[in-house]
Amino acid sequence: MIEHKDGKTILTTPISAEDIRDIHIGDIVYLTGSLTTCRDVAHRRVVEEGKSIPVDVRNNAILHAGPIIRPLGDDKFEMVSVGPTTSMRMEKFEYDFVKATGVRVIIGKGGMRENTQRACKELGAIHCVFPAGNAVVAAVSVEEIVQAQWQDLGMPETLWNCRVKEFGPLIVSIDSEGRNYFEEKKVEYNRKKDEQVELISRQVGFIK
Amino acid sequence: MSVEVQAQRMREMMAKFIACTGKKLPDDITAKLRELRDKEDSPLAKTIYDTMFRNQELAVKLDRPSCQDTGVLQFWVKCGTGFPLINELEALLKEAVVQATFDAPLRHNSVETFDEYNTGKNVGKGTPTVWWDIIPYSDQCEIYTYMAGGGCTLPGNAMVLMPGEGYEGVTRFVLDRMTSYGLNACPPLLVGVGVATSVETAALLSKKALMRPVGSHNDNERAAKMEKLLEDGINAIGLGPQGMGGRYSVLGVHIENTARHPSAIGVAVNVGCWSHRRGHIIFDKDLNYKILSHSEVTL
Repeated sequence: MIEHKDGKTILTTPISAEDIRDIHIGDIVYLTGSLTTCRDVAHRRVVEEGKSIPVDVRNNAILHAGPIIRPLGDDKFEMVSVGPTTSMRMEKFEYDFVKATGVRVIIGKGGMRENTQRACKELGAIHCVFPAGNAVVAAVSVEEIVQAQWQDLGMPETLWNCRVKEFGPLIVSIDSEGRNYFEEKKVEYNRKKDEQVELISRQVGFIK
Repeated sequence: MSVEVQAQRMREMMAKFIACTGKKLPDDITAKLRELRDKEDSPLAKTIYDTMFRNQELAVKLDRPSCQDTGVLQFWVKCGTGFPLINELEALLKEAVVQATFDAPLRHNSVETFDEYNTGKNVGKGTPTVWWDIIPYSDQCEIYTYMAGGGCTLPGNAMVLMPGEGYEGVTRFVLDRMTSYGLNACPPLLVGVGVATSVETAALLSKKALMRPVGSHNDNERAAKMEKLLEDGINAIGLGPQGMGGRYSVLGVHIENTARHPSAIGVAVNVGCWSHRRGHIIFDKDLNYKILSHSEVTL
């Protein structure tokens, strides 16, 4: 479901392909509902070993992250600190991962590339960036850790299935049309960099 | 007071100081972030800055590390030959890191190389890093602390240029790194540049440059001019907060330099992320301390 409240765009799980159709790169959204941490080895298990993911992420969201968790006993846990990790590490798996799991929103740090763009366009998904370094803002948006699966992978890699409220800000970096914010920005950055190198070089001829 | 008791006292103070630097940014960084936030005009950049300030407030209020990556601890010590704990210093700093790791808590960020296991204590062979400057005829000890996170360690690079490449080559070397790796290192960045005679001299200077307060300048007029040119140039690239676009890309550019061999220009770049967790503390011979980085902190 998508709603606009107090100037915020909020995606609430379950999220349909229709819900995200009008969301574009550079937009800011917030997430309410089911968010599961999922990173390197979990992607590998789903894609390379063909294992079925033990948390249902279909029409829900995943977060590329390795959190700090405090066990409360009785299979209950508290989110102490959580921040996104570099999404690019999951790039080689993401098309097949989205196809296998039906995940709708992928959240991480930095951009992703062609493989994820293809997944977003063909399968109706988006990739968003949570501003890194803001681990406490992220942690306090987690209302409850609902379940923990694949705990054999250790704290960072466990699938921590969380119920979150207005988790964000999430900046859309790949939209369901396959447009890629970072790739478009990089062209601009590199052009400006070349201009600046030339400009500065004219003023630092100290060796004469 | 026996040396053992004194060492324990200093260890406890350092453990508290380290934990504190993971929760609260130094005054100069906070002031610069506030300045950049006020100068950005796009809603996207403003939203990101607002999130940063909310995060830092929550970190203090809830007493939690502000970023989940509390880095590898690095210390640059300027220790007087007459400082009473000069012999104990390196060991007590290591113990202070272990203590802070459990108290703060800090993430376990020390993986032994080759054996490839996480020590689970946040210390290992050669970590925390300690760089020594020995100060003759002094009985005080000045310590810079730094949490080197993974994201902002990654852009680090050093090489030796041929003199023909000149300072134009230095410029290209630094700016190329900003658009390839800097983008993902959590801008606005503090950029440290070492210009020296070889890779290791330049590399160490590029890290030490990050310990200088934001707004300070190199004593050499040309080096200071180049700091300003690089700062304006990287800002003009428009990386903005988180590399997502904005009017400013850096907190500052600091150059540190030495003389060089006529045939070589050693150059290195190191960056600090927006969450630049640097501390600066001075102890006298009686362990009275003065904190220069965080005005409101007492141990």
